[in-house]
Amino acid sequence: MKMLIFAQRVSKEILRDPLTLVFGIGFPVALLLLLSAIQANIPVEMFEIEKITPGMTVFGLTFISLFAAVLVAKDRETAFLQRLYTTPLRAVDFIVGYGLPFVPIALAQSVVCYLVALILGLPFGKNIFIALLLIIPVSIFFIFFGILCGSIFSVKQASGICGALFTNLTAWLSGIWFDLNLVGGAFQKVADCLPFIHAVEMEKAALNGNFSAVDDCWVFAYIILIVVLAIICFLKQMKSN
Amino acid sequence: MEAIKTVNLTKKYKDVVAVDNLNLTIEKGELLSLLGTNGAGKTTTIKMLCTLLKPSSGGAFLDGCSILQEPMHVKEIIAISPQETAIAPNLTVCENLAMMCGLHGFDRKKTKEKVQEMVDIFSLNEILNKKAGKLSGGWQRKLSIALALISQPKILFLDEPTLGLDILARNDLWQVIKNLKGKITIVLTTHYLPEAEALSDRIAIMRRGKIVALGNCEQLIRQTKTNDLETAFINLVKGEEL
Repeated sequence: MKMLIFAQRVSKEILRDPLTLVFGIGFPVALLLLLSAIQANIPVEMFEIEKITPGMTVFGLTFISLFAAVLVAKDRETAFLQRLYTTPLRAVDFIVGYGLPFVPIALAQSVVCYLVALILGLPFGKNIFIALLLIIPVSIFFIFFGILCGSIFSVKQASGICGALFTNLTAWLSGIWFDLNLVGGAFQKVADCLPFIHAVEMEKAALNGNFSAVDDCWVFAYIILIVVLAIICFLKQMKSN
Repeated sequence: MEAIKTVNLTKKYKDVVAVDNLNLTIEKGELLSLLGTNGAGKTTTIKMLCTLLKPSSGGAFLDGCSILQEPMHVKEIIAISPQETAIAPNLTVCENLAMMCGLHGFDRKKTKEKVQEMVDIFSLNEILNKKAGKLSGGWQRKLSIALALISQPKILFLDEPTLGLDILARNDLWQVIKNLKGKITIVLTTHYLPEAEALSDRIAIMRRGKIVALGNCEQLIRQTKTNDLETAFINLVKGEEL
């Protein structure tokens, strides 16, 4: 119950921030519209709606990381967390309370992306629902990456890391904007070792009904790693308060 | 009856002793001000008493509960209003208050009653539906203290409650704190000596993690053979103990 009250507060903080709508929903949709317009004039296979939409749903999650990181860092800096540490809330209440509200927000973001994609010509099918279902574990990775950054960095640092560095890393190493095979070499090897390209490929495979190609080992391994790291760092800052 | 009793309470950071074998007893209903220069150990002491920091050695009992063995019990009887305003900025004043009630396990009826009680004590009616982050510094401070009080704590920690407030807002808050005196135990830290003089039953002056003087305002002035609290304080923190 107490955890849900804390989670409710987290949802309100996020949803009442106009930046959530602008960046969380507006930016991925704007990119989708822009790339579709480019695709209409100069056809590029990568930017076909059934290929770009899964990538955009993954890329959009970087903003969820940003929101989570800034919220946790702000709660630390304003001593709001310090106040709550003196209430009967347990560590698990804080961690789940921060993470849980972002899942429906991430899902809503992906739903909006798919709705726009349907308007832009994506054929409707049950695979959209499977892709949406698979975005939930992927969102856990991005949410907890945000909680991890918020537990370690100041608001300014967390904004920079999640808002610029992480967004660019995801964009460059996910194969959304360009084919990583064209770059090859060390760049491609690094990308293959990180979860972004695997998450995008998993979403693409799900949307296209190519379930035998759903490559989820990397993604799930990274989810576990990031969740564990986020919990350790959150507990560490909690103890050192 | 003792509300707080510290027993050789110590906090060390590598080779720095932030709080050094602190032995202090605070009676129920008393308002004790902790004074000291920056780094004297005031906030570290409060953080240990609030279970936010673990002591390196020694311990403390709040209403008979050990901060080491029974931290969850301690959390049920204390509340803190930190130096920073520590509010949820995108929640309204009413939502902030109701959230704190929920976190302390109050049911809907009790939440409604407690929110109304805080609204009456702090005259929050006109700002009840405003977002907390949009309020002036004075209102945010009042809300911060209301958030601490709403859980019906037996012991309240106020860490520099009037920091950065204008004279009118400060005066309003002093009135609120004066009204609480005798009803709950309050530990207050401040750098503003007239505040300690106006509000405290007793004043503890800390220097390098130790209490170098303890007593009411008149006693401290008499002990140091000075004419006012400010001079007494300066003498004590500079090490001119008698």
